[in-house]
Amino acid sequence: MASVAKTKQDKKDKTPIAAAKTFGSTKGSDSDPVAVTDGALIPNRSNARIFNSWRITFLLAALLLIILTIFNPAPFREIFFVTLKGVPVTFQVTVFAILGSLVLGLLCGLGQVSQTRIWNLLAGVYVELIRGIPLLVQLIFIYYALGRFFQVEGIIAAIIALSICYGAYMGEIFRAGIQAVPKGQMEAAIALGLSRGQALRKVILPQTMKIILPAIGNEFIAMLKDSSLVSVIALRDILRRGREYISRTFLSLETMLIVALIYLIITLVLSRIVAMMEERFKNE
Amino acid sequence: MSDYRIRIENLSKSFSSSIQAVKNATLNVKIGEVVLIIGPSGSGKSTLLRSVNRLEVATSGRIWIDDDEVTSPTIDIRKIREEAGMVFQSFNLFAHLRVIENITLGPRTVKKVKKEAAEKQARQLLKKVGLEDKEQAYPSQLSGGQQQRVAIARALAMEPKVMLFDEPTSALDPEMIKEVLDVMLDLAKDGMTMLVVSHEMGFARAAADMVVFMDGGEIIETGPPNILFSDPKEERTKKFLTHIL
Repeated sequence: MASVAKTKQDKKDKTPIAAAKTFGSTKGSDSDPVAVTDGALIPNRSNARIFNSWRITFLLAALLLIILTIFNPAPFREIFFVTLKGVPVTFQVTVFAILGSLVLGLLCGLGQVSQTRIWNLLAGVYVELIRGIPLLVQLIFIYYALGRFFQVEGIIAAIIALSICYGAYMGEIFRAGIQAVPKGQMEAAIALGLSRGQALRKVILPQTMKIILPAIGNEFIAMLKDSSLVSVIALRDILRRGREYISRTFLSLETMLIVALIYLIITLVLSRIVAMMEERFKNE
Repeated sequence: MSDYRIRIENLSKSFSSSIQAVKNATLNVKIGEVVLIIGPSGSGKSTLLRSVNRLEVATSGRIWIDDDEVTSPTIDIRKIREEAGMVFQSFNLFAHLRVIENITLGPRTVKKVKKEAAEKQARQLLKKVGLEDKEQAYPSQLSGGQQQRVAIARALAMEPKVMLFDEPTSALDPEMIKEVLDVMLDLAKDGMTMLVVSHEMGFARAAADMVVFMDGGEIIETGPPNILFSDPKEERTKKFLTHIL
């Protein structure tokens, strides 16, 4: 233990001053690897590393994007502004589909832990069905099905399709979260005279939410990336805008580079926000 | 008949065809009586206790709290659970709620007591268990003994006729056992009817009116603590007592 701490210390001493300055905020706990206390200090060491890799990736992506759009405006700046117009669609689809999948996931998770056999089965079949079909296939299928029978608009169809698909995964998250709450909590609530429903609402689910918040954050980020699939059903999101641009100019590599950078930057920012939220939640 | 608060008649409980946790147990508890159930682990003590508020559903036999038959399939089970407060070995405080919210949740949700009234009552109960300064704390900020005292206050907030204790001190460090037992002693002095699964001999001597020894799912022997402890009639009781006394 001591020797590990020492090598770490030595390494740290060799770090260039500039770098040390950059990470100054975490320096205090870094120099004392045994300082493990409750709350804010725990994640510091591992966090510092995540933070580094995150920062490097983010800086690289942002720099590349800036350099390309400023010093190479001919195709890149135009591509950037064209694809940027797709960002609202991407966000709209992501946010509403996450909300939809949360509702479905809650119902599905409750169904999975329900003591009524029929809910059990319904939720189980839903999960099995959805997990067994590729998201892209589901998306196209639901899009055409909704279009033919209900005359639903493209963006609504995309949101419904993504909600249904992610609802199944979300359902598994809710199920695991509900089951992660110690059994005694339900027992204590029932012993007080609460009904099972009241116990779920007032005792189990609030604790479940705390447990599954990080997983939901991850789903949100995954959803943002998977929302690019809606480009196949004629929704003009980031990817679709890019592909339209390619079909006009045949600048495939340049366009996809910008598209990738935009997704990357959004995802990195979101993952940072999720991590921060997690942190705050943990400290509460 | 009417001076019995709890009547347990020929209660049996099996978990599967092979495991019979409680066999044909009969036990009556008078109003204000404190009954301690002792016995080796797996002897069915907890199952018997948990049957009284139907956390376990009896396989056969009947249980009454006053005139309400707990084992009746038509009984409003929530009414029974209001009448019988329960304290668990592992406290089971609601981890996401503050101490005061833990105590007021039952009255507010089940009895629809107004927030102010419930909090007023909760503060009185906290005072009773000596934790009036902890009402805003979360369970994780309390010691085991403090958590168990809050759990007792939480159960009392429903104003039960009976208190059931399932090994309330088994998960506690020795120095915290006393603070919980003191609260239980006070409760016994106030005339609460109590059914306690515990091996705390000091508590038994100080507060118990009757001790029940169980083994292998059966009630082997019952008697006042001084007699049962000093002069047990059954061989199995003697053997068990040599282990714990």
